[in-house]
Amino acid sequence: MQLYDMPDERGHFGPYGGIFVAETLVEALEELRVMYEKYRYDEEFLAEFAHDLKHFVGRPSPIYHAKRWSDKVGGAQIYLKREDLNHTGAHKVNNTVGQALLAKRMGKPRVIAETGAGQHGVATATIAARLGLECVVYMGSEDVKRQAPNVYRMKLLGATVVPVESGSKTLKDALNEAMRDWVTNIENTFYIIGTVAGPHPYPMMVRDFQAVIGVEAKIQMKEIVGRQPDAVIACVGGGSNAMGIFYPYINEENVRLIGVEAAGHGLETGKHAAPLTANSAVGVLHGNRTYLMQDEDGQIIETHSISAGLDYPGVGPEHAWLKDTKRAEYVAITDDEAMAAFHGLCLTEGIIPALESSHALAYAEKLAKTMSKDKILLVNLSGRGDKDMNTVAQLSGITL
Amino acid sequence: MSRIQTTFENLKQSGKKALIPFITAGDPHPDKTVEMLHSLVKAGADLIELGVPFSDPMADGPVIQRASERALVHKVGLRKVLALVKEFRQQDPKTPIVLMGYANPIEAMGVEKFADAAKDAGIDGVLTVDYPPEESIEFNAMLKARDIDPVFLLSPTTEASRVDVIVNQASGFVYYVSLKGVTGSKNLDIDEVAGRVAEIRTLTTLPIGVGFGVRDAATAKAVAKIADAVVVGSRMVQTVESSTPDNVVANLAALTAELRQAIDSH
Repeated sequence: MQLYDMPDERGHFGPYGGIFVAETLVEALEELRVMYEKYRYDEEFLAEFAHDLKHFVGRPSPIYHAKRWSDKVGGAQIYLKREDLNHTGAHKVNNTVGQALLAKRMGKPRVIAETGAGQHGVATATIAARLGLECVVYMGSEDVKRQAPNVYRMKLLGATVVPVESGSKTLKDALNEAMRDWVTNIENTFYIIGTVAGPHPYPMMVRDFQAVIGVEAKIQMKEIVGRQPDAVIACVGGGSNAMGIFYPYINEENVRLIGVEAAGHGLETGKHAAPLTANSAVGVLHGNRTYLMQDEDGQIIETHSISAGLDYPGVGPEHAWLKDTKRAEYVAITDDEAMAAFHGLCLTEGIIPALESSHALAYAEKLAKTMSKDKILLVNLSGRGDKDMNTVAQLSGITL
Repeated sequence: MSRIQTTFENLKQSGKKALIPFITAGDPHPDKTVEMLHSLVKAGADLIELGVPFSDPMADGPVIQRASERALVHKVGLRKVLALVKEFRQQDPKTPIVLMGYANPIEAMGVEKFADAAKDAGIDGVLTVDYPPEESIEFNAMLKARDIDPVFLLSPTTEASRVDVIVNQASGFVYYVSLKGVTGSKNLDIDEVAGRVAEIRTLTTLPIGVGFGVRDAATAKAVAKIADAVVVGSRMVQTVESSTPDNVVANLAALTAELRQAIDSH
């Protein structure tokens, strides 16, 4: 079989990806591309990255057999890759550590980030504090209201949080605003993008930094069960936790890769965040070409998901490519289905998952039921649910 | 020769520099746009840049983003913009119109379909902010085949080798962004701009427009001394924003006339 070797030099995954930015950003991206190429395989850089992942993040994250939950579901055995146990409580920190180390080597004293739910913002503020970098986080003003605890966490860590009032006042607008800051402050600023989207080299670079998830999982599955799982399942918003666990498995043809998008109120209602599953039109946004939720005029439309981390109208270009080539399958899970899985895991395993990860769990539950007990599913439990307490309580009519 | 080339030739022969105001189509209301275009021409505009509203104008500052948002309230998309230009063309066969916008609305329509429709509407140039030359080779060829000029930005950070790549794809004119940042930023450094424009002249014979940060008559006059065209965007849009539907046309005309006078006195 032909080994997977994507993207090309300008960041294309087939027709997707690329560098679609205003001329004002081209040189900054070129500088980043050159520096990343330089350090990508640099032993000293990789050693420093590995050291921080071990001693600061707490890696490797364990793989846990959710036996009671599997028994209750009835069918395949479900294993969880515990990214929720990382420092700051999600997979996001793997990438921010990598990019911040790169920023330091590039001599940039200031980092900026966009954030939706606040997880990437917190992970950026965390590593910025540790490395002594100035940190500014852009966050839609709607999200600032919804995610007050994370806003306060970022402030405790010394970051400045800038509420974004434009557009829909959510993640995509925060990304627009961060891009504008970057264009204006190119000399001293490194833009830490939190997902596998944006212009090249971001989708590739974020994937590479997150690939530690899949690299560890391959070793651990062999140790624990003596073989690789029948399917790997991860939620997809922009898609960084999914790319992180999928990427090392792409050449393992016998392992199914399943990305789970947010179906929100249901695909048929239009109120969702599932551009791949809904077969949205292909277009250009935030520096790359990919599947995009848009209207007939090509305006980006507002998305809906109970989980702020999946509430994004596009998807990383590599996922678009994996969909078209059928190497990965993409499905969608509604708000209600995700909530049911959330409660199921809480009660049977003593693990409170993030609402994002609950989408992956919900699909695993569906799939496991159709499989025999000797089959194995590996779910990327990308984050813990502490941040979602307010949302979940509200759904039950409780004010905390 | 395209209408843009003809315009620059004529200006050159009469020793004048081009004034290029920018407004967003559909702002404050689509019913006003054609009247505003005619009024800009009457007050001294040589070319007009017409913004295509987009939900996520990443390269624009808050002023132009708000213009997009006002137009989107009235659902003004690319098809409507083309219809407005077609209406403008019925009365004005001469003044070039350059569309400025983002790639996604064009891709949503289909690039070839757009090129045909733009030709039919009487569009003269297309500046697609997030289509760098490397990603738009076929599109540029499609435009040129229809006598439409693909217009590109050059920025203070664009290196000479890259200017070469860009001017290879560009026609009509090139647009030098006079400062780092988004549209509507402040502090244009005229000496720095003069140095860069002189450098770009060694690399291309295309006319050079300068914009981003031209906020008043004095700056317009200074820019006219060094460039072939002065582009005024955010200041125009601010005027639209601070006007009422009743006086917006008159206010824009007054500002354009003031800029015209300043540019002609360079």
